Amino acid sequence: MSLTPPEFGYLEKKIGRKPNPVELQIVAAEWSEHCSYKSSKKHLKILPREGKRVVSGPGYDSGVLDVGDGYVVTVHIESHNHPSAVEPYGGAATGVGGVIRDILSAGTRPIAILDGLRFGDIEKDTHARWLFKNAVRGIADYGNCLGVPTVGGEIEFDRCFTNYALVDVAAIGFGKKEKLIKNHADAGDCVVLIGGSTGRDGIGGSQFASDKLEAENRSAVQIPDPFIEKLVIEAILEARNQNCIKAMKDLGGGGLSCAISETADALSVGIELDVSLIHKREENMSPSELMVSESQERMLVITDQEKLSTLKRICEKFHVPYSVIGSVTNGSVMEVRLEKEVIARLPSEVVANAPLLDRLAIQPKYLENIKLTQKPSTPENLSETLMKMLANPNIASKQWVYTQYDHEVGIRTVIKPGSDASVLRLDNNKFLSVKIDGNSKHCYINPRQGAIGCFDEACRNVVCTGAVPIGMVDHLQFGNPEDPEVFWTFKESLEGITQYAKYFGIPCVGGKVSLYNQTNIGPIKPTPLIGVLGLIETKPLIPKKIQENDFVVLIGETKDELGGSEYYEYMHDTIGGKCPTVNMESSKANQEIVLELISQDLVKNAHDCSKGGLGVAVSEICIRNEIGCVISLDKIPAQKLRIDELLFTESHSRYLLTIDPKNIENAKSLLEKQGIAYRIIGKFSGSNIAFKDGNKRVISVRVDKAQERWLNSLGSLVSHG
Amino acid sequence: MKVAVIVFPGSNCDRDMYHVLSDVFKLESKLVWHTDLLPKDIDAIVLPGGFSYGDRLRAGVIAAHSPVISEVKKMAERGMPILGVCNGFQILVEAGLLPGALLKNTSLSFICKWTEIIVKNNKTPFTNKLKLNQRIPIAIANGEGRYYADDETLKQLKKNNQIVFTYAEEINGASMRIAGICNKEGNVVGMMPHPERSAEQIINPRNAKPASLIFESLQNTLGVTA
Repeated sequence: MSLTPPEFGYLEKKIGRKPNPVELQIVAAEWSEHCSYKSSKKHLKILPREGKRVVSGPGYDSGVLDVGDGYVVTVHIESHNHPSAVEPYGGAATGVGGVIRDILSAGTRPIAILDGLRFGDIEKDTHARWLFKNAVRGIADYGNCLGVPTVGGEIEFDRCFTNYALVDVAAIGFGKKEKLIKNHADAGDCVVLIGGSTGRDGIGGSQFASDKLEAENRSAVQIPDPFIEKLVIEAILEARNQNCIKAMKDLGGGGLSCAISETADALSVGIELDVSLIHKREENMSPSELMVSESQERMLVITDQEKLSTLKRICEKFHVPYSVIGSVTNGSVMEVRLEKEVIARLPSEVVANAPLLDRLAIQPKYLENIKLTQKPSTPENLSETLMKMLANPNIASKQWVYTQYDHEVGIRTVIKPGSDASVLRLDNNKFLSVKIDGNSKHCYINPRQGAIGCFDEACRNVVCTGAVPIGMVDHLQFGNPEDPEVFWTFKESLEGITQYAKYFGIPCVGGKVSLYNQTNIGPIKPTPLIGVLGLIETKPLIPKKIQENDFVVLIGETKDELGGSEYYEYMHDTIGGKCPTVNMESSKANQEIVLELISQDLVKNAHDCSKGGLGVAVSEICIRNEIGCVISLDKIPAQKLRIDELLFTESHSRYLLTIDPKNIENAKSLLEKQGIAYRIIGKFSGSNIAFKDGNKRVISVRVDKAQERWLNSLGSLVSHG
Repeated sequence: MKVAVIVFPGSNCDRDMYHVLSDVFKLESKLVWHTDLLPKDIDAIVLPGGFSYGDRLRAGVIAAHSPVISEVKKMAERGMPILGVCNGFQILVEAGLLPGALLKNTSLSFICKWTEIIVKNNKTPFTNKLKLNQRIPIAIANGEGRYYADDETLKQLKKNNQIVFTYAEEINGASMRIAGICNKEGNVVGMMPHPERSAEQIINPRNAKPASLIFESLQNTLGVTA
């Protein structure tokens, strides 16, 4: 945990002298990849951040979107990968805590959590299973205690995550626009540290997260305490209501070093503080430890002299410890003292802005080999194949996970987890639809198209609830950026996301980059994660009960794009092939027509076609509605494809709509007027999921048997050790 | 007429309960912080769900020994309608206002899902608008929700008509599938499921009417017409 020689030289030049050891620790924490984004920052500038709903302000830790009637929604995403790989329970729990505080920093109440989890092959790898079970429990214990519902997410298992874990948490906040924290400070204001005491946990956490995971550094993992976090939330919101907060920042990676330098830099002020005043968990902590500890549940608040007593009273009411550790000064220097003695004195602008790097990017060689992949042969018994696909941990119901999360508290959850996107009601009679999506398999074989596909999938999911996408957050997770091949995949994904965001006019309102996701077996597959927020002005599409003879309409084209599909990887152990690509123009047209059909009340149920393709998507609808179907594969709008390819290709921009016979003519005329590629591919009826090719039945499985497989396979896998 | 919703550090269903009481059922309600005195003019008390004191030591045990609960006990003796939901039920049990105990679910996991409960006593202030054996679609969310009592206590509960709700399905290993009970007098009711999450149709995936009758019963008890 130190600076590189060029960084040391840069620092020395900037401050005109040699830094002392405490200063070096402060700068090393802040200049870590995790805090400084030194590899990625130059590139992130390409993302579009402007939009008519975007509210921006200095020092916001979360994205803010105006949802009308004087209300805002805030959103942020973070990961806690290294800690969760070492100590999954605490790592995942503190991941939730951290992102919740980012939402709180804006002055909004957290109203929902979504999590994206990735582990090794849990069918074979018991360590992966252990990581999975404990990460889920960590999230559950933390989120449930806070009373913030975990309303959705996604889970992926892949051998590239062996001995590792990706734990991504997105949080959503809601509040009045006028109550947003303005983030300003004047000389003489008080700097108050509120929340949990500072201890020796999470020392050097940000640097630990900025290196390959080779040794288990347990002292770098933070300890969770959701009870104190809950009290901090309530105390901060009451302090906000009483106008006691001029500026606020959560303490996360880099601890006080990061919070102080970034606050001072963002507000163009200086801050002086005395580390002896910090309320501590243990004795004899050195000033450096106090400055870089990543102990959890802490907030930095700037208030003025006049409001200080009110702020203290509020903290006391909620039994939240606090200490007034310093004050705001003129100028731009952060000065750290131990009682009278100055132990660090640095320009905050220098600390908060690490020298940025120009990393080399070279197209990886593996991409050439992947092109040579042979198509696997068609299985003989496709019914059996479908049943296996439904039990695939990547596809099977995640009920075992989300029933452990309180997803109802707050009484906003209109569409619950297990659906395409989750929908929350807002106080202005509008609804917010939220979804996060990632796909490491697609991104591995084509980092650009894979990332675009994740974005498209998240949009499709919110569109299926009747929502218009209004903003996105991205979380870019890759291996060691010093490896030019890894860095190339990062740049490709980022460019893909940018391209999609610009075409669809969806602003990026927040994000995070997590690099060095790498173990001794190598880097993870590129795993950008996209979170999309959609707004519903009137009413969401709440799926209606499907009846006999309702039509199944497929929108969008089915193409020969089985590369990175669950079918190739799970059934044939084949990596490679052609990655699904998004045609932006038709994708946009499809989104618009689905929204139009929903708004005209012509749709009973809309479901996105993604992992596992059409075969899985149709089965999921049948299973949820406990009804069979007869689908004619020869009617699918598609290039010439084999039967198994038609069933399991993961082409994007496709939707499955259920339409009542009485509405079918209206729906058809709308679809035809817009020139949409669509076809009525079958009907719901009976108690078998059946697929036909002409007159030949190629699949027939009983709905109840399929349901049993799909619902229970993940749970029974983990409950057996 | 006022309903006091008592808020402990760590309560997290207090605002939901307040919303349903005051906005949906127009019952004048007040959130009362645990260190404040109970208002003089209250007619009913609700202990909401959550994780009071972070569930430390045991769910509900610390809150059960707080000064406000001695006030609640006095009101209980005077026959005031008192409802404890989830953590509120755990507090009532720990405070000795209701018999038995709430143990970890047999799955050893937190369970959040929709289920159905059956009305077994429709004479309480919170069930008088419901029919006997009526089914209520309702949300549950708890880790320590398995009601347990020894055989003698269970016999007494049955004899005194103190079993208010049972689960329609096996859900967490509770004795006699008990989901909610009352004291001998019937004015103190505790239940693990969340009526406040189930009484509005927009968030109830099944039928919200039966759960709303729990609040209409309270309206009825307090002589309020909706």
